[in-house]
Amino acid sequence: MTELTQDIPEITPERPGRLREFWYYFRENRGAVFGLWVFAAFLLIAIFAPLIAPHDPSAQYREHLLQPPFWQDGGTLTFALGTDAVGRDMLSRLLHGARYSFFVGLVVVVVAAGGGITVGLLSGFAPRWLDTIIMRVMDVILAFPSLLLALVLVAILGPTLLNAMIAIAIVLQPHYVRLTRASVLAERSKDYVTSARVAGARLPRLMFVTVLPNCLAPIIVQAALSFSTAILDAAALGFLGMGAQPPTPEWGTMLAEAREFILRAWWVVTFPGLAILITVLSINLMGDGLRDALDPKLRRS
Amino acid sequence: MSAPVLVAEGLTKHYPVKSGLFGGTQLVRALNDVSFTLTAGRTLAVVGESGCGKSTLARMLTMIEAPTAGRLSIGGEEVTPDRWSEMRNKVQIVFQDPYGSLNPRHRVGAILEEPLKINRPDMSADERTARAREMLAQVGLRPEHYDRYPHMFSGGQRQRIAVGRALMLDPKLLVLDEPVSALDLSIQSQILNLLLDLQERLGLAYVFISHDLSVVRHVADEVIVMYLGHSVEYASKEALFDAQRHPYTKALLSATPRADPGQHSQRIRLSGELPSPLNIPAGCPFSPRCWLAQDRCRTERPHLSDESHAHACFFPLEAEAPVSA
Repeated sequence: MTELTQDIPEITPERPGRLREFWYYFRENRGAVFGLWVFAAFLLIAIFAPLIAPHDPSAQYREHLLQPPFWQDGGTLTFALGTDAVGRDMLSRLLHGARYSFFVGLVVVVVAAGGGITVGLLSGFAPRWLDTIIMRVMDVILAFPSLLLALVLVAILGPTLLNAMIAIAIVLQPHYVRLTRASVLAERSKDYVTSARVAGARLPRLMFVTVLPNCLAPIIVQAALSFSTAILDAAALGFLGMGAQPPTPEWGTMLAEAREFILRAWWVVTFPGLAILITVLSINLMGDGLRDALDPKLRRS
Repeated sequence: MSAPVLVAEGLTKHYPVKSGLFGGTQLVRALNDVSFTLTAGRTLAVVGESGCGKSTLARMLTMIEAPTAGRLSIGGEEVTPDRWSEMRNKVQIVFQDPYGSLNPRHRVGAILEEPLKINRPDMSADERTARAREMLAQVGLRPEHYDRYPHMFSGGQRQRIAVGRALMLDPKLLVLDEPVSALDLSIQSQILNLLLDLQERLGLAYVFISHDLSVVRHVADEVIVMYLGHSVEYASKEALFDAQRHPYTKALLSATPRADPGQHSQRIRLSGELPSPLNIPAGCPFSPRCWLAQDRCRTERPHLSDESHAHACFFPLEAEAPVSA
C-alpha cells in the first residue's frame, strides 16, 4: 500500500483560491471594475446618508424655492445642487434616496431570488406534471409586460413602497425559477448526484446540499442584474405615483413631483434621473463582469 | 464456498417511451431476463458493446431503479423498493467518469463523510473524520488531501476518492461501472491493483462492468457477455477466454487488439447495425448479424443453458474451436 502511495504523481501546484481566481478574471473587465467602485460608493452613501447630508431631506426652506445649483446665478453652496419647489435641499434628498433605492434592490432581490430558487429547485426535481404546472404559471407571469403587472399588483395592494417591492419581486421571480430549473436539470443527470442517491441522500439533501451549490453562478449574475431592474422599476412605479409616496425622497417619486418644473428648473428633474442612470449603469457593468468571471466558458485561460 | 452475496434471477427492465404527441408508448427493452450469482471475494465481469444493458444492470443492482420483473437478493435478503434505504449499506457504486462523479463544491473530506452522515446519524463528527482519514490512507491518498477540492486532483486520484467514498459504508458488494475506461493506461493499472488489493483485504464482491476485454481478463473470475439486454454467455473467465460458445462472444473477442504483430489475427467482421432495443428481433437477438444463423434462430429465442459454461445459442461453437487470434 505504501508503495502505491509513492506511485501517485505529485499533484500540480495548488490552484489559486476561488476568490483570487475570481478577482483575476473580474479585473480584466475595466467597465466591471469601474461599476464595482461606483456601486461601492453608492453603498457607502446609502449607509452614511444621515451623516453626510447637509440638511434634513424633508426640511422645507421657504425662502429658497427652486434655487439653482451653486454654479449658476442665484445658487449658493448651502444648497449645492439647488432646491425643489417647496425648498428642500436636492443634494440631501438624493443622498437619502440612495438608501431607499438600495433597500428596494436588496429586498426585491432577496425575496425574488429566495422564492425563485426554491420554486426552481422544486420544479427541477418534481414529477413531470408538477414541473409543467409550475413552468406554465411562470410563463403566464412572464407573458405580462413586467411593469404593467407590477402596476396592477400595486393597484390591488395599495400604493406604498413595500407593496411596490412585493410586486416587483413577484414580477422578477420567474426569471430565477427558469434559471434555477435549467441548471438543476443539467446538474441532476451528473454522476455525483446519482452517487449521493446511492449513498442514501433524500430529496431535501439532494436539492440543497448536493445540487444547489453547483447552480449558483448564473443565479448570482441574475441577482446582480435584477438589483438594477428593481431600482429602475421602483423608480418607475414611484414616478407613476404607485410606489413611495411624497415626501419620501425616493428618486422616482422625486422625478414625478418635479415633472411640472422641467422647463423652469432643470435641476429638479435632471439630478434624480442622473442618480438612477449612474446607479443602474454601474450595477449592470458589474453584473456583466460577474458573468464573465463566473462563467468558465467565457474565460480565456 | 460461502453463501452468495448477490443473486439475480430473471432481472428485466423495460422503459416505456412516448413516441410523438399522439403516438402510443413503446417499450425499450433494456434488460431481459438476466440471472447470475456472485459470492464474496469474487469478481463478475459484465461485458458487451454500448447499449447492451450494462449500465441498466448497474442501476438496478445499486437500487437506483427498480426492475420491471425478476428478483434480486443481496447478502441473502430480498431487495424491494421499500427496503432500499436499509439495504444501501450493502451496495455501492464507482462510476466511469471521475470528473463527474465527485461534487465539485464539496471538499474531499465532506465527500467521504457524506454516506456516513446520511446512514449513521448517531456517529459523532470526530469519528466520521477519523474514518474518512483512515479511508484516504486505504485508497492510497495522503491525509492532507482531506481539505482539498476535487478539481485539485488528477483523474486517477479522483477515482481513488470515488472508491474510498464507495467503501465508507463497508459494503459487501461494489458495482464498478467501467471504473478505469476514462483513465490513462498507466493509471488504469494502479486503480485496478488498488481494487484487487481492497478486494483481497475486505473480501468484497465486485460486479465489474466493462467493454475492455483485456481489463476483464485481468480482474474477472466469471464473465457475463451481454447483447441487446440479453445475456448470451455466462462462464468462468478461463472457460470463456479459452473457448467461446456463442458466436457473438467470439466476434467480440476477435476484436480485441493484440500486442503481437507476428500473430495472424482473423478478425470476425459483423455485418449490419446493432438493432434498436425498441425493436428486438424475434428469435435470437443476434440472429440478423450472425453468420451461423438458421431458420430456427430467427423464430425461436434460445435461453441460457444450464451448463457451467452457459450459452444462449442453438448452434454453439464447438469447445475445441481454436481461440481467435
